[in-house]
Amino acid sequence: MARERENPKPQQQQSPSSSYTVEELVAVNPYNPDILPDLENYVNEQVSSQTYSLNANLCLLRLYQFEPERMSTQIVSRILVKALMAMPAPDFSLCLFLIPERVQMEEPFKTLIVLSHYLETTRFRQFWDEAAKNRSVVEVVPGFEQAIQAYAIHVLSLTYQKVPRPVLAEAINVEGLSLDKFLEHQVTNCGWVLEKSQGRGQLVVLPRNEFNQPELKKSSADSIPLEHITRIFPILG
Amino acid sequence: MAASYDYEDPSHYDTDSITHRTQQDQQPYDPTFVPDSVKTFVVHLYRHIREKNVYEIHQMYEGSFQKLSDRLFKDTPWPSVEAVAPYVDHDHVFCLLYKEMWFRHLYARLSPTPKQRIDSWDNYCSLFQVVLHGVVNMQLPNQWLWDMVDEFVYQFQSFCQYRAKMKNKSEQEIALLRQYDQAWNVYGVLNFLQALVEKSMISQILEQEKEGLEQFTATDGYDYNGGSNVLKVLGYFSMVGLLRVHCLLGDYHTGLKCLKPIDISQSGVYTSVIGSHITTIYHYGFANLMLRRLDKNATWVNRLSLKACSLHDLLRLEDESFSKPLRLKPNGFGEFEEEKFGLASVIESTIEQNNYVLWRRFFFPSTFLSSDGFRDLKIGVARCMHYHQKSPQYEQILKKNEQMYALLAISLSLCPQVKLVTEDVNTQLREKYGDKMIKMQRYDDEAFALYDELFSYACPKFITPSAPVYEEPLVNYNQDAYRLQLKLFLYEVKQQQLLSGVRTFLKLYSTISVGKLASYMEVDEPTVRSILMTYKHKTHVVNGDGKVTSNADVDFYINDDTIHVVESKTTKRYGDYFMRQIIKLEEIISDMDRVKLD
Repeated sequence: MARERENPKPQQQQSPSSSYTVEELVAVNPYNPDILPDLENYVNEQVSSQTYSLNANLCLLRLYQFEPERMSTQIVSRILVKALMAMPAPDFSLCLFLIPERVQMEEPFKTLIVLSHYLETTRFRQFWDEAAKNRSVVEVVPGFEQAIQAYAIHVLSLTYQKVPRPVLAEAINVEGLSLDKFLEHQVTNCGWVLEKSQGRGQLVVLPRNEFNQPELKKSSADSIPLEHITRIFPILG
Repeated sequence: MAASYDYEDPSHYDTDSITHRTQQDQQPYDPTFVPDSVKTFVVHLYRHIREKNVYEIHQMYEGSFQKLSDRLFKDTPWPSVEAVAPYVDHDHVFCLLYKEMWFRHLYARLSPTPKQRIDSWDNYCSLFQVVLHGVVNMQLPNQWLWDMVDEFVYQFQSFCQYRAKMKNKSEQEIALLRQYDQAWNVYGVLNFLQALVEKSMISQILEQEKEGLEQFTATDGYDYNGGSNVLKVLGYFSMVGLLRVHCLLGDYHTGLKCLKPIDISQSGVYTSVIGSHITTIYHYGFANLMLRRLDKNATWVNRLSLKACSLHDLLRLEDESFSKPLRLKPNGFGEFEEEKFGLASVIESTIEQNNYVLWRRFFFPSTFLSSDGFRDLKIGVARCMHYHQKSPQYEQILKKNEQMYALLAISLSLCPQVKLVTEDVNTQLREKYGDKMIKMQRYDDEAFALYDELFSYACPKFITPSAPVYEEPLVNYNQDAYRLQLKLFLYEVKQQQLLSGVRTFLKLYSTISVGKLASYMEVDEPTVRSILMTYKHKTHVVNGDGKVTSNADVDFYINDDTIHVVESKTTKRYGDYFMRQIIKLEEIISDMDRVKLD
């Protein structure tokens, strides 16, 4: 039904109809096999426009699960790369739960699973090496590198008050002059500070948060929600 | 390991055998013969349904139906619907309801033939269509409506398991499956549940109730203004049904989304039926475990422990006090007047006064309406009696309870937060899984095997929703879905198992250098840094709005080369503690009052 109403204008070709966004389509027809082509187009749109919708992608994987013969390996692999980029969210495993095991044994899924494993266990050196070997899989999705760097910085700032420059360099896979440039940008925009460590190069002071600076943790007051109190109203009365 | 895990259903739900053996075994089953007691049963049930006497309907549904089944239809089906139709004016809806019970009884006590599976699907289609078209003006007990949704999902799951065992299928069976490929089709199942949710407008109703514009939870879903509760409550329970189906499919995220309109942190209509309460909590917890939402799981652990506690109390209460004389009277809560309990003369069962408060809290957490409340109370008691009959449902509930303990053991081994669990649950848990949980903290094959074992025991019966490819050689694929979920879960366990080692070391120091920790753990420095970051990643959950929550029991930060350890202080919830003590005291005082009066 949606295909009939396809808009001739090139920019809007991927949107399923003029009146519904794909998100709405999913909300109204979560179990409708007819929206499968729309969802596939939407995956490509997410890739090109650097947007992301877990709900729509899960919906598509669900339809593939119900009708395995309609599955497109290329679309699934794009969904999985997008899910990797959503780290630290567990989206990658959410997707894997819906993909049959025999499919997961094939390429490029095997590689993607290895990549996910390196990210989950924060072995960034291995991750970047492996990613470099598989450019064809990950580089078709714009913004991949930046998304993983953002995840690395997220984990680093949970862990470190001050991180040695080489550790940072390894995690985000940036070195030398480009790293200087990157740091300069972070210093002006994100409140990072550079320090000299005793004798051994640079230390990067990451912004304070309650996880790398436990003093900041708000002591949760011992408050009781009203509905708990209502339980003893009859007794009090 | 997984070898001990048997994917077969329990014997009374044996879905495998094809021949309808039991019919021919003893006396021949004549589907057209209607014994007098059945005549009386359907005539009365039909009348009570027309008169919207929820209480009597519930009595007959829970009590008489079970009793007659035990007496007359232990291993034969009930008389066919055609045979009883003349006694109920051939009422269309009643016949659909009767058939639904007929199939449910068949599934529980006999083995459905492939054709019967398909017929049961057709019956659900007709029944739900009638409900969806809004022509049902009945008022049915929540228990019955829950059982419908529950059975619908169960039969779907059972069908998928049956269909996936392709190896030994006869040509006849395969022909039947191909002919009726729409029966128990996954789209059909999901769309029925979804349609019930949407058509009933239940999420809007729950939303409006928050603003005081609507009453639903307050009346336990019943309509006291002459309307029907059927669509609304079916829609409500369908949300739980959707959660369950999605869990069976491995789609945990969507499952939890379906449950969203129900505020699980409070009691509601889902807690008004014990089966629904347990199904909801179990699947909610399981889904969160799989989503690694251990922050959510912390809440869940609390809810679960509450649940397990109540269930434990309930069962103990039933076992211990079944033969003691009944003495119910208003207690500290004061919503009841004494005559109303007098009216509840059906209460042949006996409940000790001191357990009553507990019991009541378990069954009726929602607000009571003084005049209607007692009716529900009686229903509750009937329910209580019912479960005492060691019915299949009772067994199922016990099993789910055991499974929840296993899930709890897994959760707490992955994320040691013992302080969240109440004392009695903790005791129970240590009794059941104490040894295993200590072993699960280690990083070796034995620990891994234990995770495998507990997960296999406690997980739902996953299904593959797609039909077999008939053109290819026929193989069994009924284990595929389970194996995939198990594998992915163990993958996660493997990623986390390195962490218990580092946790142990961190507990010993307030500061330690990265190099020193590396040499203690017998790995190199970069590896230790990775393990420490993994620890942070796994113990800190980022929610939708980018807010980070920590569920680490031991926390730390690194300054260049030095690790600073911060033992998170246990914040004792004094408020909750005092609240519990106040209620306890009140119970004791009302006990003592009773003693004096005697």
